[in-house]
Amino acid sequence: MAEHEEHIDEMSSHLAPAGPAILAPGHTFATITDKISAVVLSRDTPAAWLLATGGFGLLMMWLLFATAYQLARGIGIWGVNIPVAWGFAIVNFVWWIGIGHAGTLISAILLLLKQKWRNSINRFAEAMTLFAVMCAGYYPVMHLGRPWLAYWLFPYPNTMGVWPQFRSALVWDVFAVSTYFTVSLIFWYQGLIPDLATLRDRSQSKAGRIIYGILAMGWRGSARHWKRYDSSYRLLAGLATPLVVSVHTVVSFDFAIAVVPGWHTSIFPPYFVAGAIYSGFAMVLVLAIPIRRIYGLDDFITTKHLDNCAKLMLATGEIVAYGYIIESFMAWYSGNLYERYMILDRMGGKYSIFYICLISINVFFVQVLWIRRIRRSPALLFLVSVIVLAAMWLERFVIVVQSLHADFLPSSWAMYYPTFWDITQFLGTIGLFAFGMLMFIRFLPMISIFEIRELLPEAHVSLQEVD
Amino acid sequence: MAGAGETGAAAEVLARPKKQRPVADFAGKRGPELWRHIEEALEDPEVRERLGRELPRDEGYLDPVSRRKFLQLSAVTMAIAGVSACTKQPLEPIVPYVRQPEGMTLGKPLYFATAFPLSGVLRPVLVKSNEGRPTKIEGNPQHPASLGGSSVFTQASLYDLYDPDRSQTIEYLGDVRAWSAFLGAMRGQVNAQKAIGGAGIRLLTGTTTSPSFAAQVNALKKNFPQMKWHVYEPLNRDTVKQGAQQALGQVVETRYDIAAADVIVSLDANFLSGEFPGFERYARDFAARRKPEAGGGAAGGGQRPMLRFYAIETSPTNTGGKVDHRLGVKPSELEQAAGALASLVASTGNEAGAVPGDFAGFVLAARADLQSARGRSIVIAGDQAPASVHALAHRMNAALGNVGRTVFYTDPIESNPAVQIDSLKDLINDLKANKVDVLIISGVNPAFDAPADLEFGKWVGAAKLVVHHGLYQDETSAHAHWHVNAAHYLESWSDGRAYDGTVSIVQPLIAPLYGGKTEHELLAAFSDNPDQAAYEIIRGFWQAQPQMGGADFEIKWRRAVHDGFIANSQLPPKNVTAGGAAAAATARQNGGEIEVVFRPDPTIYDGRFGNNAWLQEIEKPLTTITWDNTIWISMALAQRLKLYDAAMQQSANVVELELNGRKVRGPLYVQPGMPDGMVTVFTGYGHTHIGHTGNGFGYNAYEVRSSDAPWSAAGAKLTRTDRTVPVAMIQPEQQVHAGDVKDRNGLPVETRDLVRIGTVEKFHKDPRFAQKSDTQEPSTAGPDELPKDSLLPNYNYSGYAWAMVIDLNSCVGCNACIAACQAENNIPVVGKEQVLKRRPMHWLRVDTYYDDVANPRMYFQPLPCMQCEDAPCEYVCPVGATVHSTEGLNDMVYNRCVGTRYCSNNCPYKVRRFNFLLFQDWNTPQLKLMRNPEVSVRSRGVMEKCTYCVQRITKARITAEEEDRPVRDQEFTTACAQACPADAIVFGNQNQKDGRTATLKASPRNYGLLEELNTRPRTTYLAGVLNPNPGLKTKDVEEAERE
Repeated sequence: MAEHEEHIDEMSSHLAPAGPAILAPGHTFATITDKISAVVLSRDTPAAWLLATGGFGLLMMWLLFATAYQLARGIGIWGVNIPVAWGFAIVNFVWWIGIGHAGTLISAILLLLKQKWRNSINRFAEAMTLFAVMCAGYYPVMHLGRPWLAYWLFPYPNTMGVWPQFRSALVWDVFAVSTYFTVSLIFWYQGLIPDLATLRDRSQSKAGRIIYGILAMGWRGSARHWKRYDSSYRLLAGLATPLVVSVHTVVSFDFAIAVVPGWHTSIFPPYFVAGAIYSGFAMVLVLAIPIRRIYGLDDFITTKHLDNCAKLMLATGEIVAYGYIIESFMAWYSGNLYERYMILDRMGGKYSIFYICLISINVFFVQVLWIRRIRRSPALLFLVSVIVLAAMWLERFVIVVQSLHADFLPSSWAMYYPTFWDITQFLGTIGLFAFGMLMFIRFLPMISIFEIRELLPEAHVSLQEVD
Repeated sequence: MAGAGETGAAAEVLARPKKQRPVADFAGKRGPELWRHIEEALEDPEVRERLGRELPRDEGYLDPVSRRKFLQLSAVTMAIAGVSACTKQPLEPIVPYVRQPEGMTLGKPLYFATAFPLSGVLRPVLVKSNEGRPTKIEGNPQHPASLGGSSVFTQASLYDLYDPDRSQTIEYLGDVRAWSAFLGAMRGQVNAQKAIGGAGIRLLTGTTTSPSFAAQVNALKKNFPQMKWHVYEPLNRDTVKQGAQQALGQVVETRYDIAAADVIVSLDANFLSGEFPGFERYARDFAARRKPEAGGGAAGGGQRPMLRFYAIETSPTNTGGKVDHRLGVKPSELEQAAGALASLVASTGNEAGAVPGDFAGFVLAARADLQSARGRSIVIAGDQAPASVHALAHRMNAALGNVGRTVFYTDPIESNPAVQIDSLKDLINDLKANKVDVLIISGVNPAFDAPADLEFGKWVGAAKLVVHHGLYQDETSAHAHWHVNAAHYLESWSDGRAYDGTVSIVQPLIAPLYGGKTEHELLAAFSDNPDQAAYEIIRGFWQAQPQMGGADFEIKWRRAVHDGFIANSQLPPKNVTAGGAAAAATARQNGGEIEVVFRPDPTIYDGRFGNNAWLQEIEKPLTTITWDNTIWISMALAQRLKLYDAAMQQSANVVELELNGRKVRGPLYVQPGMPDGMVTVFTGYGHTHIGHTGNGFGYNAYEVRSSDAPWSAAGAKLTRTDRTVPVAMIQPEQQVHAGDVKDRNGLPVETRDLVRIGTVEKFHKDPRFAQKSDTQEPSTAGPDELPKDSLLPNYNYSGYAWAMVIDLNSCVGCNACIAACQAENNIPVVGKEQVLKRRPMHWLRVDTYYDDVANPRMYFQPLPCMQCEDAPCEYVCPVGATVHSTEGLNDMVYNRCVGTRYCSNNCPYKVRRFNFLLFQDWNTPQLKLMRNPEVSVRSRGVMEKCTYCVQRITKARITAEEEDRPVRDQEFTTACAQACPADAIVFGNQNQKDGRTATLKASPRNYGLLEELNTRPRTTYLAGVLNPNPGLKTKDVEEAERE
């Protein structure tokens, strides 16, 4: 392995001055195109895909059923109560929206920073963002007492003459999440256009040619196309960049602007953003590691990619750990007895097991990523990522539920217990997410063909000329 | 194959009975009998099937019911429909009045005075009627027994009227009968009994104070000189009567003038709880005398010291929560403690040695205070205290010169003041001796609640004919031949007496919903004039009375019905003196065995409210438990018997309580303040036949109650079972309040200064002690001063500024306000399961805190919406469904609410309630009648909360605008404030500087809950002030005195 990597280093030394390669050697424009488009155009579907689609499809169908049942009965089928009026729904919302962040970070910020290694993973990370935001978007609507009136949160002209109440962070959420979804979708779609054209040209079936042809919007790959494409893509990246920070900042305002001890904290925006990216990269790894294995895409998603993702996880994980420390410190330093009780209850109360788990994972366990061997071992990294995802879910659970369950008046304190529907609806959104990802893998190029081609030395030269 | 099939089919068809169409018999077939294929004609099943798919035939392929069967069923249906015609259907006018009834304007409610009987004693009420539907019950402000206050029972009795499970028909052995059929059937009995002087007639009723009912019975006795009238209620006042008999030589009614007292010693008297006769008046006077401000409150006048209150209690009560000093004793020690106090009170010497060590401090202090307040003190014994304790109380009152000054004796208010347990035993003996031909049971449920050893259910069968008359088809009606559905008191003409003897005329607000009969009409059925209306009976009776009769009867009658009472009909005080010396205290042997105390359930009472969903869901004082009765035990005993699990949350160990060989199983509840070595059981639960709401909840304490030990018994055994049951509490995390308090997980909750308490001494030294809290900056800001830490200028409330002040010193924790709020604001009942999920809907709750486990002081804090001026709920609502009004209300716009529940999360007081499911009953027609038309009925997915009864505010504002004047102070008030018997809740316009609200807001005791959050609550509290005996420093007093 090591020998192999050294060899790659030598080969691509003119591209990346040091470190292992982000593209295996021996590839040409044609081989890259063949290999990636084959996943889509091939008639053979891997058994693993069929199996996963069946399983996750069933979960998705359950989500549909549970949603229908919930619409018929009301959100009382969940475990939410007074005082804990937000339960799994908001926990899952924050978790899913956090996961989306890695996609935007990879596609926008790393593009602007000219991190070429992003080219291999940006496409499916962006798709991941889209599906994660869909799952996230499901909850704020469905958790409403009267979800059919969710559109009242939008400022639309109406005969009632009433506008949303703009001081509420939930209205900001509507804007933040809808903007985020729109920009991510456009960015993702624009990135797909040259590849859709490739698929149109290579598709054996008429239907494929027509569908991909329509989606490719007449892309011919002329120099003028490329010129305009490049500038608009970078423009979009510039637009998307603030979103990486803003969306989860706004989500954190849902909590930070409230008076609830455990929520009312100024550290929340940076802490939430770091946590989002942290969990987002964990999800990227959870998706990338099996995909590269099943589809044999080790050439394009190399250990270098895994290593980089793991390093980002580690870095953002440290920020999250800092957040935990500051939270506890401020509870003591502020002298506020409600804060103090809240943190003590978090550490030693009914929900302390969750807090202990998340601290031991996000503060201590994640430090294993300092070890290079773990960062480069797909299996171990997969395991770490799954654990991190679980810990980040626990973090949101602790923030939402534990803070609410014991706030100011002890007379109102009560426990929150999720119900069967809470849990299975969450599994259902995982089904929706995975099903979406599987469909994406099957019908669209999961790795950007043209951007991988750019990684070849030939492309490098020609691109510079175009610039 | 086809050929073979055809032949086969043809042969088959040939073999069919004649009724079927014969095969090739086409002769004479015309029209519809035409056929297309030979196979069709031959009825080949295969072909028929194929054709059938194409041209469906009417061969019953859809409906298995044939035409004949259908007609049969129709006939039956018609017949059954005819049966229901036996009940006269109410007239249903579908057009507006052509001629408006006098005084009625559609949309404007009318108010009628009447009275609610609870165990016979009338609670005077004023009932609101919307277009003929009673929708809200208030205390009658003009009646001396209410002064506008009411109890949780009074408030919730409205639900009983509309309870869909109420008995709706007269039945004979389960078959519906008409009233005339009942009258006819009784004629035969009456005639048969006339011959034998009524020797076989037995009448069993509950306690009644109705003079006309007594007169009716007396009239009946002329026909049936040998009939007997028995009275029995499980929560009777036998010991009160026996105690009076012992000490005074006669049965009297004792009435107290708490307003005139400076010291009260309670001997297990729960007189601040709804079931106590005179509760409304006593609570009002008590609260007025507990104001620490000089002058002693409204009722006192002059410079009188604040009332000092001692209580010796067995089972803790909310009355015990209002004490300055409380002594918890076992029932066997009660008499000892009372006896020690009595002997000390009677003497002047120092006989401290005679007092058992445990009580010495308490008894000596109480004695000193009693002796220094001769003629201004009261010793009050509870309805459940033994007769000997009552006798001791009478003697003490006599020795202290209280009789005639604070304690008054009158004739009994009961129409039949028999000792009820003897009366019931007498009846059972007659049953056993087969002497009973006709047993008329009216308004009681002895098969459910008679002492277990009397075996009423077994012996009632000995009566030849049992007539049951009641609101429900209950456990007793199951034993009866005839069941007559009773009229609710809001449907009845009747009369009776309040605790002080004042006579009230009970008038109906609505025609009986199901044609129910009153007890007067039932009794009349056995008279010579069987089909008399209650109105004639009552009116006729009073016309014959000297105080009402005469030429101006009509005027007096109208005045009495209008006012709700006959003026000056109080029973006059009698001059009675306690004779004889105190009997030597006969302390029961206490061999370390467990004693059991029986207590009325604080909301279900003796079981009659078992199907009242409101009362089931209203939190019980002290425990905040709903939908269940529990077995109370002290922490020490529970730990000793290994029955206590610290980990329990909202669920309890089921224990088996064995008493005299009888067993009952119920959930155990560790109640702070329970004396060691005893348990308390509560009556009223364990119904099997009362209705859908009440069946199956709790355990039946009557199953272990025996006739010789009605209120307490010794020798119980507790065994743990392996079962636990969920117990639904409104406040599951019962918090011990003061000091270094630990929560369930051993974490320091710290004193949050939610309930602020001081002593009189501290109050006089520093009246503003409550405004200096540990958790917030000392603030001297009055309600209209700017808070120091606001960046923005305040909104100027130039018009009205509605506000509320709740005096924690006055609140007695009776929960009447919760019931009032529920009735006024159409608050749904959610059921035990949803309460367990922490989704109760009450807009108002009474938080209960303790400061100790073994011997706690209890604090009650009613918590409606605080109507914060800087409301945390408002700015987080994304659709602006909760907004601030120009009058300072935190308004809730139900139609706009989408249900994010963010407002509830951000409410530090957690007073918002969410319709997680469709909690409101949209289908039951009776419940639709019950609702207040001025308040919207909320549906699923909407947040709701206390609105300060905005409908009342609006109505008052409109009236004031019509009359071109501002709304006057105390012109109207909220439902909770109106119901509060203790006048603890005061609502009004705080901008009116001379108004009551503004005056109280200016009180140095005024503080806001969680004010440090800068929410600027409009609802504020007046700190509690204790008046402890300076010589009796207990831990809690010291704590209250500490800075």
